[in-house]
Amino acid sequence: MTRSVIEAADIVKFLGKGAGQVQALKGVTLSLACGQLTLLMGPSGSGKTTLLSVLGCMLTPTKGTVNVLGHSTVGAGAEDLAKLRRDHIGFVFQTYHLFPTLSAMDNVRLALDVRGEPAERAIAKAKEVLSTVGLSHKMNAFPHELSGGEQQRVAIARAIVGDASAILADEPTGALDSENGHAIMTILAQIAKDPSRAVLVVTHDPRILPFADRIIHMEDGRIQSEERGAAHLEQDCQSSRSNDGKQVSFR
Amino acid sequence: MSLIFKLASRNLFQDRLRFIATLVGIVFSIVLVTIQLGLFLSFDRMVTTMIDHAPADLWIVPFGTKCFEDPSMLDEHARQQALSIPGIAEAVPLMIGFTQWAVPDGGTTPVFIVGLDPSAAGLHPWNIIAGDLADLSASDAIAIDRAYFARLGVTGVGDTVEIRARKAKVVAVTDGIRSFTTTPYVFTTLARAQSYIGTPTNRFSYLLVHVAADANIDDIRKQLLARLAKVEVLTPAEFSSRSRTFWLFGTGAGAALFAGALLGAIVGTVIVAQTLYSSTKDHLNEFATLRAIGSSNIYILKVIIWQALLSAVIGFSLAAGIGVIIVEMTAGTALPIVMTPQLTMGLFLLTVLMSFASATAAIVQVMRIDPVRVFTQ
Repeated sequence: MTRSVIEAADIVKFLGKGAGQVQALKGVTLSLACGQLTLLMGPSGSGKTTLLSVLGCMLTPTKGTVNVLGHSTVGAGAEDLAKLRRDHIGFVFQTYHLFPTLSAMDNVRLALDVRGEPAERAIAKAKEVLSTVGLSHKMNAFPHELSGGEQQRVAIARAIVGDASAILADEPTGALDSENGHAIMTILAQIAKDPSRAVLVVTHDPRILPFADRIIHMEDGRIQSEERGAAHLEQDCQSSRSNDGKQVSFR
Repeated sequence: MSLIFKLASRNLFQDRLRFIATLVGIVFSIVLVTIQLGLFLSFDRMVTTMIDHAPADLWIVPFGTKCFEDPSMLDEHARQQALSIPGIAEAVPLMIGFTQWAVPDGGTTPVFIVGLDPSAAGLHPWNIIAGDLADLSASDAIAIDRAYFARLGVTGVGDTVEIRARKAKVVAVTDGIRSFTTTPYVFTTLARAQSYIGTPTNRFSYLLVHVAADANIDDIRKQLLARLAKVEVLTPAEFSSRSRTFWLFGTGAGAALFAGALLGAIVGTVIVAQTLYSSTKDHLNEFATLRAIGSSNIYILKVIIWQALLSAVIGFSLAAGIGVIIVEMTAGTALPIVMTPQLTMGLFLLTVLMSFASATAAIVQVMRIDPVRVFTQ
């Protein structure tokens, strides 16, 4: 039986106020299961990013419930949501959102620093994860010294360094050429094989369909259809993560 | 190095032009405040310098005297009455007043005469760097401070000058006896002072009372007040306080200096606030990313506070350096700017406070940041 990392039920979300108010989500029910890479597809304005924001605890739903590993976001304040994000969720963005004044190592370390992890342990972990994404030789490089693909790898390292159970990626290949896009999706697919992790990728890019275990189509704030992806692998989700061998090499 | 500190310092140094603008704001502000408060301290010292250097248990002053420079008069009768009180060892007269000093170009300049008894335990010029105090008893002898040489047209001991059309000869030179009014002090004997000022020989300004060792100062004061008419009897501390209050607050001089200091602090705060705000605005995406990856508001607050603190420390260091130069440059002038360890510490705290206050707008901005911004920017 697969374990769900994030469960959303009957999510309704209104954005804006007054005459400009729109209903971005109209009753979405979704759960992200461990060991799966889920693609969330749909046209612009279909509510993908709003759903990602709600699942990622950046927005609270107007109606409905979201549970992250059993923690409900109902009534949660901004700081509670921030804690849920730093403890359980890793983000990968289309434009990387790396800190230009920090090295690759420090960018990754930042995800641990906000959790109050001691510097020495954070540095060791950051080194390990950067090696995992194939950037052991560029740990001290600054973002402007890295290619787009390398910057996205740093962003992925930042997302996974804290052992997040859910990795939410917004158009991670959107700014990359096909070769780098393929490399990034390979890494995300490998992460999704971890039986204690779920990966959700919001995308327009049909080239990444082969990496999906599950594909969800959204339109007009609703889930229109759901299908199994080509890479679907049913895995039993372990209830607790083992302490060794959970990282795999993506090179 | 802490990652928060690293992020703060790199945010700060990334845009060098803006960082320089921040520093200029802080330095300008703190130097201005240093000058204003340094002048205030200098005035504060100079206002009471004569009282501080006059050994006395009590001062008998004309009723209503507002400050040391107040030209009211006592007479010899008052002195005799004071001396008749048991327990008073001595009542030394002191004469003060403004008069005119003839300068070499033919004009005159005002001077402040201090007439004293060189042989009595009263006020004497101090910090004598040339000549001899004992020579002050000689005919026409005066002592002046070297800070006023140029103004008075003298070069040192031995120069002969004219005060109120009377001959005077410089027999001693002091260092650091300056008036906050910038009017030079001229020390001479009581009799010559009366002559220079144009006062009858039985009149003088103050009496410096020395109480016998076994007498009680409070009792003496009560007896003096009971016996002498139209006088006040003050302790040196009371007279200092009265002079200080009059000159620094009664005349508005202190208020003007404080207003200047306040203006400097406000200008500095506004400049630093503007640059910190614009720096924060430029890094909003980064702060939103921090928020998105789960940082607490406190974490982000620390980044901004470190930025403010770094600006304060660097700005203050530069301002303090400039302050030291200004203090050195004005040390020998008639209007020295004084720096004390307390003032330096106070200025540092002010700089930090100013920087923190400046960070308020930036803090309000980042506290409102929506992490969803990372998906739209």
